[in-house]
Amino acid sequence: MATFSLSVVDWLILAIYFGFILGLGYYLKKFTKSHEDYFLAGRKNSAWVAGIAFLSANLGALELLGMTGNTFKYGMYVAHFYWIGAIPAMLFLGLYMMPFYYSSKIHSVPGYLKLRFDERTRVLNGIAFGVMTLLVSGINLYAMALVLRTFLGWDWNVSMWVSAATVAFYVTLSGLLSAIFTEIIQFFLIWFGLFLVTILGLVEVGGVGQVLANIPASFGTLWSTSGDASRNGMEITWAGIVLGLGFVLSFGYWTTDFLVVQRAFSARNLRAARMTPIIASFPKMAVPAIVVLTGLIALILAKTPGSGFALMRDGGQVNYDSTLPLLIMRYYPHGLVGLGVSALLAGFMAGQAGNISAFNTVWTYDVYRAIINKKAGDDHLMWVGRIATVVGVVLSVVTAYWAKGFPSIMDYMQAIFSWVNAPLFATMLLGMFVVWITPAGAFWGLLAGMVTSVTMFLAVKFQWIDPAQITLSSTASDMAVNFWRAWWAWLVCFVMTIVISLFTKKKPKEELVGLVKGLTQETLLEPVPFVKKPEFYAIISVIVLVILNVYFW
Amino acid sequence: MKPIWYFVGLFLTAVGVIVLASGMYDLVVPPAEKTVLSEIHPGVWWGAVILVSGLIFYFANRKKTVE
Repeated sequence: MATFSLSVVDWLILAIYFGFILGLGYYLKKFTKSHEDYFLAGRKNSAWVAGIAFLSANLGALELLGMTGNTFKYGMYVAHFYWIGAIPAMLFLGLYMMPFYYSSKIHSVPGYLKLRFDERTRVLNGIAFGVMTLLVSGINLYAMALVLRTFLGWDWNVSMWVSAATVAFYVTLSGLLSAIFTEIIQFFLIWFGLFLVTILGLVEVGGVGQVLANIPASFGTLWSTSGDASRNGMEITWAGIVLGLGFVLSFGYWTTDFLVVQRAFSARNLRAARMTPIIASFPKMAVPAIVVLTGLIALILAKTPGSGFALMRDGGQVNYDSTLPLLIMRYYPHGLVGLGVSALLAGFMAGQAGNISAFNTVWTYDVYRAIINKKAGDDHLMWVGRIATVVGVVLSVVTAYWAKGFPSIMDYMQAIFSWVNAPLFATMLLGMFVVWITPAGAFWGLLAGMVTSVTMFLAVKFQWIDPAQITLSSTASDMAVNFWRAWWAWLVCFVMTIVISLFTKKKPKEELVGLVKGLTQETLLEPVPFVKKPEFYAIISVIVLVILNVYFW
Repeated sequence: MKPIWYFVGLFLTAVGVIVLASGMYDLVVPPAEKTVLSEIHPGVWWGAVILVSGLIFYFANRKKTVE
């Protein structure tokens, strides 16, 4: 099996990357003086800093490798993850949900649930989020070690422990501030380190026109083949895309997952917080320029006789995740190889740092202070956060070893989001926009949604039911089942929350001021010209989104 | 403290110098194992793009401090 051979120059670039992020963690420690500094970066970030960190927290290497491979497998439908599956939710967060989040001065998303509903809903979500975050962090670590071993021949244990120790060092010292700084370094590393693959790929195959002309017709469209699941590579209808991905999974992730929302909480004022996801929407729409285009270029090369390009095979199965690393190996000379490997490493490590910084905040505020020590002071909370960081990193490593023993756990990654985030979005939506939703309705509805999602996952996994019963179509890919399961979990939570709320005790309206639409003053923002308002940039974002979807219809 | 853009500038400048220098070395002493499209010398022009971007970030932010 071919592997990268790193030269002295490549090692030098890797050393600079590690030196930089460790140095940044140490430098930022002297600016981390209070628990607000540690958990929310002092709430001093500009919209641009928070916006790029917001996007980067999601743009991990696992996603880059996975989505490039998925494009090879499913075609351009993968762009739905970046367009309809992200932008409307990000804009909705900035325009409509952020005023309630930011103005209530909470430290976490579960913190909102406590104010709007009650302690038990907060703790339920806090624990679910904590477990999800550590699982994702561990799987991320496992995937990183797997990639480094496969393509660089690096030792499994050394890769995991060195990266885990690096993340533990800088997050323990300076918390969210260092996580955000390294995420921004990662953003630039990914673009400068990986966009060149797209450029060189286009040069080799002859441009975007040649790419679209040489792929199967069903691989080059977004919507025109979505009327019938059997006509597109992802085997999904437009209804599954819109309801499952575009609505539930996307809104569930982008508006309620504390990993990304925490970056907006770090903004210096409400306007900057609202602008955070809106600014992030623009580079988000550009990410397919890396993942989708390179996936399609790889597809063409693999079908071209004599190109010398073929995906790796593991035990007879095609390894789709090898697409991007193999293209790096194909095009990058020494020096650039170090840059490409650093970009992948940065993606993995920033993803882990993001998970750990979200975990330490939720653990400290929504579990430790909510259940264990309700009178904890500021200094004590910061100390607990640092301990939680180290413990979280160690638990991630344990999870990574667990994943190593059970490789199929990787399959659960997408499913985990539909267990926690999909029903939570129904709870949040009703909580923020319907005054009469009760604490009992929220708690039992959320629990019912989570149980529904897990039960559906197990039922399909162990073949208790036919996946077609979930997707309402005769053919269905794993991805289609994920989308539809999320939709059903959301619907169960939504309906149960409403029904139970009709028969249970409501919270007094005076306790909901600032938390629910209709009970909150709308004059929260300072007057600014329309061209400086979040609404203006959201409109531009929507126009770009529409143009992209129409062009690739 | 110094703004993050200052550190982005420093980082990109350092990486850009190394990639550019490595690309120019390959121009003078062609490597034995060639990559696809090595004849267009991506290390040289991409290294230059990274270096110029880094310098722009660095000089635009070297005197700035943020709260």
